[in-house]
Amino acid sequence: MKRLPLVVLAALAGCASGPSDDEARARAEQVFRESFTHGNRQMAARVDQQDEVQALCTRYRNEAPQDVADRIGSAAAAGIRYPASGKFLGDWRQGERIAQDGYGLRFTDADTKRPNGGGCYNCHRIAPAEISYGTIGPSLYRFGALRGTGEPVQRYVYGKIYDSQAFLACSHMPRFGKNGVLTEEQITHLVALLLDPESPVNK
Amino acid sequence: MNGIMKSPGLPALLLAAALPCICLAQQETQKEIERYRQLLAEGNPADLYEARGEELWKTKRGPKNASLQQCDLGLGPGVVRGAFARLPRWFPDTDRVEDLESRIVTCMVSLQGFKREEAIRNPFSAPGRPSDLEALASYVAGESKGMKLAAPLSHPKEIDAFRIGEQLFYRRAGPYDFACVSCHGDNGKRIRLQELPKLTDPNDARKIFTTWPAYRVSQGAVRTMQHRLYDCYWQMRHPQMDYASEASIALEVFMAKYASGGEIQAPGLKR
Repeated sequence: MKRLPLVVLAALAGCASGPSDDEARARAEQVFRESFTHGNRQMAARVDQQDEVQALCTRYRNEAPQDVADRIGSAAAAGIRYPASGKFLGDWRQGERIAQDGYGLRFTDADTKRPNGGGCYNCHRIAPAEISYGTIGPSLYRFGALRGTGEPVQRYVYGKIYDSQAFLACSHMPRFGKNGVLTEEQITHLVALLLDPESPVNK
Repeated sequence: MNGIMKSPGLPALLLAAALPCICLAQQETQKEIERYRQLLAEGNPADLYEARGEELWKTKRGPKNASLQQCDLGLGPGVVRGAFARLPRWFPDTDRVEDLESRIVTCMVSLQGFKREEAIRNPFSAPGRPSDLEALASYVAGESKGMKLAAPLSHPKEIDAFRIGEQLFYRRAGPYDFACVSCHGDNGKRIRLQELPKLTDPNDARKIFTTWPAYRVSQGAVRTMQHRLYDCYWQMRHPQMDYASEASIALEVFMAKYASGGEIQAPGLKR
């Protein structure tokens, strides 16, 4: 039942825009499905059908009106699975490796035993030694030193990596936990990279 | 000695010296890339692709033993010069909007008698396995060098393609929730050190769209716009995009509108 409001919203959003928009959207969906016919069907199914967040953020071009944003946010927040151990802080050294690694889920990534990476440096500045970092996301350098390292911050960082939509509707950032890109344990290592006082991020 | 000890300025100075270090290192890296680019620009390896492409264009091949010289790239049969600056466009014979590569394939099928599957079997080269399509695309694009891009956007099918491309540009999907706009929606962003164009900003779009096909130093090969899109979707954790698919051409029509007026600098030279 929790997801129902989003579905309803998606339908309503369709009414709000003109009929020609709906037509272009329907055509685009058809063309999309016919343009990725290679490879395994499982992968195609993964992109053919958008989930509610993807559909709404596409429709509003990532600028959802407040009521839609609120609903995306609360549905996402309700879906975050926090670690059963109650321990948020993993090993920052492993976190650094995960942040560097972009492996996983591409159609050439055949080794399914190899863990996925987070590819964090693609978009964020993190530890100062790595100067090859992207700027799509904000700098995370000195994150713990600036924001504190206590439980509430740990919880926030874990949740943000697990499902960024809970904190900023239509954020560009992938939902690493929600979409099964990273494991809960991997996320705790990334939390440590940002928050452990011993991490180079905070030195 | 005393002066140094007392000076509160020294730690600050050291700090000030250390901080720009990172930025400086980055600027240096960027500068090095620029230098490398200039160095190579004096002799772009894509020249070799253009030459091989021209030869292929003029060679009789295929079941019909014909060259591509009578290919109509939009300006009439046999006109190569300036044709790329007017692509993608709608073609009456196929009743489709076609880009550079799909049009070359069309001509390989209609003039030379290749089966379509044969024509598109090897769109992207690998070491020891050169691609005719990369060479042909380099040649045709190079024949519009210095001209201004002005792809038509008036036929209903061109307008339809633009609108589909626009929808797809914003379409988020896959385990990473990525759309084209995730990386190409803002000015001045980077993935790692790679600068990203905002493709709906004519200033960026004109500079970028007009430089494909391009020799990519990191891949040691000329890559085409079709490859650029295929590679983007690979990175976006989507399945493999079909070569010359309708979605790819729609995205090109969308991009070409914003890039309109940009000077063709293809084949370009890139990281």
